[in-house]
Amino acid sequence: MVDIAEYAGPKPAWCPGCGNFAILTALKQALVALDIEPHRVLLVSGIGQAGKLPHYTRGNVFNSLHGRTLPPATAAKIANPALTVIAIGGDGDGYAEGGNHLLGTARRNNDITYLVHNNQVYGLTKGQASPTSDFGFVTKTTPQGADMPLNPIALAIVAGTTFVARGFAGDVQHLSQLIMQGIQHRGFALIDILQPCPTFNRQNTFAWFRERVYKLDDQDHDPTNKRAAMEKALEWGDRIPIGLVYTEQRVTFEDRLPGLARGPLVERELAPMEAEKLVVEFL
Amino acid sequence: MEPGLNVMVGGEAGQGVQSVGFILAKAFARGGFHVFADQDYESKVRGGHNFFRVRVSATEIAAISEEVDILLALNEESVDLHRTELAAQGIVIFDGDKAKGISGGGNVVGAPLARLAQEKGGSSVMANTVALGVALGLVGYDQETMAEAVRHHFGTGDSGEGNVRAAIAGYEYAIVELKGLLKQQLTTMGGDKRMLLNGSEAIALGAIAAGCTFMAAYPMTPATPIMELLASKSHELGPVVVQPEDEIAAMTMTIGAAFAGARAMTATSGSGFALMVEGLGLAGITETPMVTILAQRPAPAVGLPTRTEQGDLQFVLTAAPGEFPRAVLAPATVDDAFWLTIKAFNLADKYQLPVIVLTDHYLASSYATVSRFDLSKVSIDRGELLSPREIANPAEYKRHKITASGISPRALPLQGKALVVTDSDEHDEAGHLIEDADMRTQMMLKRLRKLDRLKDDITPLPLYGPDKAETTLVGWGSTYGALKEAIDTLRNEGLDANLLHLNELWPFPAQAVAQTIDRANRSLVVENNATGQLARLIRSETGIKVSGSILKFDGRPFTPAHIVHEVKKEVTQ
Repeated sequence: MVDIAEYAGPKPAWCPGCGNFAILTALKQALVALDIEPHRVLLVSGIGQAGKLPHYTRGNVFNSLHGRTLPPATAAKIANPALTVIAIGGDGDGYAEGGNHLLGTARRNNDITYLVHNNQVYGLTKGQASPTSDFGFVTKTTPQGADMPLNPIALAIVAGTTFVARGFAGDVQHLSQLIMQGIQHRGFALIDILQPCPTFNRQNTFAWFRERVYKLDDQDHDPTNKRAAMEKALEWGDRIPIGLVYTEQRVTFEDRLPGLARGPLVERELAPMEAEKLVVEFL
Repeated sequence: MEPGLNVMVGGEAGQGVQSVGFILAKAFARGGFHVFADQDYESKVRGGHNFFRVRVSATEIAAISEEVDILLALNEESVDLHRTELAAQGIVIFDGDKAKGISGGGNVVGAPLARLAQEKGGSSVMANTVALGVALGLVGYDQETMAEAVRHHFGTGDSGEGNVRAAIAGYEYAIVELKGLLKQQLTTMGGDKRMLLNGSEAIALGAIAAGCTFMAAYPMTPATPIMELLASKSHELGPVVVQPEDEIAAMTMTIGAAFAGARAMTATSGSGFALMVEGLGLAGITETPMVTILAQRPAPAVGLPTRTEQGDLQFVLTAAPGEFPRAVLAPATVDDAFWLTIKAFNLADKYQLPVIVLTDHYLASSYATVSRFDLSKVSIDRGELLSPREIANPAEYKRHKITASGISPRALPLQGKALVVTDSDEHDEAGHLIEDADMRTQMMLKRLRKLDRLKDDITPLPLYGPDKAETTLVGWGSTYGALKEAIDTLRNEGLDANLLHLNELWPFPAQAVAQTIDRANRSLVVENNATGQLARLIRSETGIKVSGSILKFDGRPFTPAHIVHEVKKEVTQ
């Protein structure tokens, strides 16, 4: 069995009280519970406070550019499907800069897990509005107030994501379970995580969320029912559902690739003579 | 007089100009001739004016000719547009049943193309194939070789056989009705079969031979055929081809696959590359080996999508913020495109950096006959790639270890227990992000040190012509064929000239370039761009100001005759 000590990393440089600590703990617990050793994991992150997470634990790490989290993560999985690939980024990374990649990945259904630390604000650049900030949220760059917030859960379902869940950094055990389910899911799993930012978002605090979140697991919710899932996806405000909102089984991108029928790309023998079959076509 | 035959097929998009041009090229190639063919088309699916030029020779050729011996005009516009390009004895083949309105007489010869197509092939759509038969009948070519080339293109089904009958109908019409009209007669030559392919196909083939197993690309003319060819071979040869949401994803996917251990590439044109530039820097700082094919077209922005230019040289040299090592190769010919693509993969792995193969629309879409690629001569160099056995203590492994060569021995994720960590932030040897000034300095120096050894792997092509000449022409990339032929013509006319051609541009082979230019009384840089980008590069890297530049930026490729004309103007000034 893998011991959680194997995932021990240096002390994170996050603000005291940051929701990221809970997400880091939940991720480590999920990997340990699934008995996955660090060298079998590839953590691909973007830029933002969330993007630093891989440096605070152990595993293979590709810390990418801002917003460019999903493309390298999905391609690494194609190259070596034996890797457990977990993409990690914030709401700015995933829903603004990387928005197009979210749509593309959802449509392809690449077999990776994507954790979005959603604190509804930009932390690394110190407090600007994010795509999920509340409407009217005034910041130094948005004196007119933030635009209409994007609904990542509804968007992900509509775009074709086959596992859509919402976690809460205030409930590590519940979040850890969701991450485990996401890793075990065959296909693209998006877990949007409510992650209060104590420094730059004084509106959506732990207390604010605690008054509102409720678990879908306790309800009579069928996550395979897309219409019911959309109804839950649209719920926000006084009551905010957390847990698995929607899931379906659909063929993964990897399974559809004819090129992968010959085995993982990283294990291919590079044999120039193979090209002879193509050379003769041009004679 | 230039040896061989020049055929031009002209018509609008949808008339099968490309098919007929290609089959003609194939028929001559199969018959043992050297062939060079290029295409000129508008960015339209239907309509517009397109042409395809096929040059056939008994000796090696690598450029098009401006003179046309046979013009197969599939519409009237083609007659009007290209009549002036005819050689003295050249002729135009036009549909005889429609030829009444064609004035000017002389060289226009009518042949009942659509009628024969309907009668013999079963559809008037095959008028283009009848025209092809007429052309081959005019030169008395081998009929069976023609039929084989038609089947190669259209297959052996009903459509293929219909087209064969159409071609034979045209051929026999020419033999009987147009006998003696054309002086040039070409029969098959025999000898070893050569390959006939274009630059895009050569690059795709090179990638397969080099063991490229992953390609992500977003369709963009003129780079698209590369991904299409690789994708068509996914079942048989196993490369994975992904068409993602945009070029940003194409580039960063390529990097992700390469990080995991696949040989990976992407391909695009200028504006697509502009989107990839951020990712190029990511490959630079994470030291991920990857190949980018940049097939240039006239820019900025959308520019002229189906035309050619060499306008992105300065762009690729410094694309992406900051400073990091890269290599830039620019294939000179179709054959070179194959071998340099393989070299690109090897350099990328050996030095763990991005390599850009800079080609253009002209080379990508031009067909040439080449000697069969000898795959036994392909070597694969994956550089300092560690197998799990070579890592004695996986816990101590450092992906970005500082070494004398600047190259850090590379482990792959999950090929052993070593953890592979890298970061787009500046990082320490273990790959974790840092802010430390000393480590930053050391890491910058480590990465840039790779250039020291990389420089030795970059060389210009051998000088064409004598070692020392009065006039040295300098070129790069796809203009090689036209320049070589221009040198031949100039020398035949008594002008002392040679050619320095660069197909490997960065790190810049400054010493070799400086030595050659220093020996010449006059140096003229010939480039398909408006501002003389290579001339600027020569100046910045060697301090030498060349005597002059011959520039062309109308979206069309250089021809040997144009270069000769321009050189003579410069020389007599």
